[in-house]
Amino acid sequence: MSTHDDRFSRRDPEALLRDVEATERAKRRGQLKIFLGYASRVGKSFRLFDEGRRRHERGEDVVIAAVQPDAAPEILQIIRELEVIGCQDLGGIPVIDVPALLSRRPQVCLIDGLAYDNPPGSRHGKRYEDVEELLQAGISVMTSINLEYIDDQQDFVRELLGRTKAQTVPHDFINRADEVVVVDAPPEADSAIRAHQLSQLRQRALLLTADVVDQQLESYLRLNGIQSSWGTQERILVCMTPRANAATMLASGRRNADRFHGELFAVYVTQENLTPEDQMALDRNVTLARAQHARIDVLEGRDPVGVILDYARLHGVTQIFVGHNLRRGWRARISGTPLDRLVRDAEGMDVRVFPH
Amino acid sequence: LTVAAEASRRGRLKVFLGYAAGVGKTFQMLSEAQELKHQGVDVVVGYFEPHGRRDTIALCDSLETIPRKVVEYRDSRLEEMDTEAILHRRPQVAVVDEFPHSNVPGSPRPKRWEDVHILLEAGIDVLTTMNVQHLESLNDQIWQSTGVRVRETVPDWVVKQADEVVMVDLTPRALLNRLERGVVYPPDRARAALQNFFKESTLVALRELAMRQTAYVAESRQADKDAPYPAPATAAGLYGHERLLLVVGPAPSSAALIRRGRRVADYLRADCLAVYVAGTADLRELTLAERENLDRQLNFARGLQIETRILKGSDVAETVVNFARLNGVTHIFVTRQGGSVNRSWFGHPLMQQIVNLARDMQVTIVADRSIRRATS
Repeated sequence: MSTHDDRFSRRDPEALLRDVEATERAKRRGQLKIFLGYASRVGKSFRLFDEGRRRHERGEDVVIAAVQPDAAPEILQIIRELEVIGCQDLGGIPVIDVPALLSRRPQVCLIDGLAYDNPPGSRHGKRYEDVEELLQAGISVMTSINLEYIDDQQDFVRELLGRTKAQTVPHDFINRADEVVVVDAPPEADSAIRAHQLSQLRQRALLLTADVVDQQLESYLRLNGIQSSWGTQERILVCMTPRANAATMLASGRRNADRFHGELFAVYVTQENLTPEDQMALDRNVTLARAQHARIDVLEGRDPVGVILDYARLHGVTQIFVGHNLRRGWRARISGTPLDRLVRDAEGMDVRVFPH
Repeated sequence: LTVAAEASRRGRLKVFLGYAAGVGKTFQMLSEAQELKHQGVDVVVGYFEPHGRRDTIALCDSLETIPRKVVEYRDSRLEEMDTEAILHRRPQVAVVDEFPHSNVPGSPRPKRWEDVHILLEAGIDVLTTMNVQHLESLNDQIWQSTGVRVRETVPDWVVKQADEVVMVDLTPRALLNRLERGVVYPPDRARAALQNFFKESTLVALRELAMRQTAYVAESRQADKDAPYPAPATAAGLYGHERLLLVVGPAPSSAALIRRGRRVADYLRADCLAVYVAGTADLRELTLAERENLDRQLNFARGLQIETRILKGSDVAETVVNFARLNGVTHIFVTRQGGSVNRSWFGHPLMQQIVNLARDMQVTIVADRSIRRATS
């Protein structure tokens, strides 16, 4: 997944502060709910309008602000039942009527299709920016998007389908939604190639939503001061030392992380009095870790095992990979060694030992 | 010839996967059944659990329902799915709610998923529902985080073999609203539910697991289709092919080792074996209770499609590592305690001896997920 980079400092104090601020802001802001699908015609629009109708029936003030062309009959039926503040047509491009919505001030506004560019001279260049303004004004928005229209998915989409979308929405905008619903349906394909493509898109949509949910979970745990990790996502930590067979450990770590759609971390604890050879080996390992797209951190502390375990707990690690030197033969005692302590204290985490 | 082909066709299994009661699994399943009926498909309801939810019950009204079978058990009359009656009726599609259900003791088959397999073998397509927390390999994780030990589990391979797994998604906030409005449970049960599974953090975590699981099944199915004939994995130590060896024993921690090993093997698409090293041919070093526990663990492993062996040897670590080498094992999985009973004769726990001997393999010491850490 391409979401490795932006999720690193999740459990840091700064992140906690951000969460608290976000919670404060959320009290004044409208709520954003996104229905995410992996292709067209999986039922996003219906889910969106169906929820709008049910909210309307329960007494919420719901207004439709954008519909897609060629709406299905069951959707047209809902549209007839609800109030519509339609888009303005600017040279053939539908643009949300933000001023009309701001003066009407509904509780909830339904916008089918988030990935639209507005024509030059509009209030905002992008429809999601219109949505942002509505949210800031305290109006909740429910909207829909197809995975193909998310900005950082374009490389994946190009590779898979040979084409990309010109009008995209930033992934970060999806991440910041209060709720994301994945609209899943088994792919109906007319060819093996199409089946393959749809399956890939579907997996991606599910995993992308799972990542959004994972961030919400971390944020919830942080806000409520809960230390434990659920281990919903596999996170692998490779402990590098100058002597460890880092190439094997990192390659295996990458492979495992990929198979689990998890994250890979690599750390080393600074040591004094390293020989030049050891320093070179360590530098080489860091280069290898970078090549495997691991998140790399240098840790400091007099107690390497304790430092590594603190780091692992902080980042919700589920598997620790360590090297173990066997040159002293099978009689070598493990008891009392760093490995022994690591195994004993790595509560809730698997420890994988790589001989070297 | 057509008749023969028809008869040998296995039914298709479709699972509506959710993460809690009330997310809409049964509703979506019945909507699909209605749709199929509309298209002229012969659909029956094999088992349906109404839970007093009006919208869902309404969907069932116009569908033919096979009456349940009444079973007497310890002075009570319980109702189960009547598998034989469904077989006799021979519909094209049967709707079977609550896939992980355990049947009343004494039923022909202990688990409903086994009944479903009978229907599939008879060529009947099945639509069914389950929540992700009923997956066997997640059992320890769920216990550790919620304190709830889910008893009705489904082996992962059963779900993985499904032709389709569809995620039925509803946000936890929407679900909690439904619970408060009394849509999911009557008020007293709703209050109890809020104390257990319906904590927001639990719902969020389960939802994430359900999404990852659905993606995983889709990925495995696609991998099978993209490469229908994987290279035979018989050659020992074949590069790129991994083979896991789980060292088990009578201790309860072995169950967690087996679940975790199975899960890792599945994701790595690796083979998985489990061994116990016996000091004597007749296991006389174990007490009767230990022997029973060992049997239970080995049966449990076999139920998860893990091949099991009892090896004989006086030195456990040496026996394990030699077996591993001969069988092309790439990873050995042990518990912290070693899975054995008082067998650390050399003063080192088994885990340490294995690490020292298995120079050509990786050794994973599996976390003891049977211990509950203090959480919310």
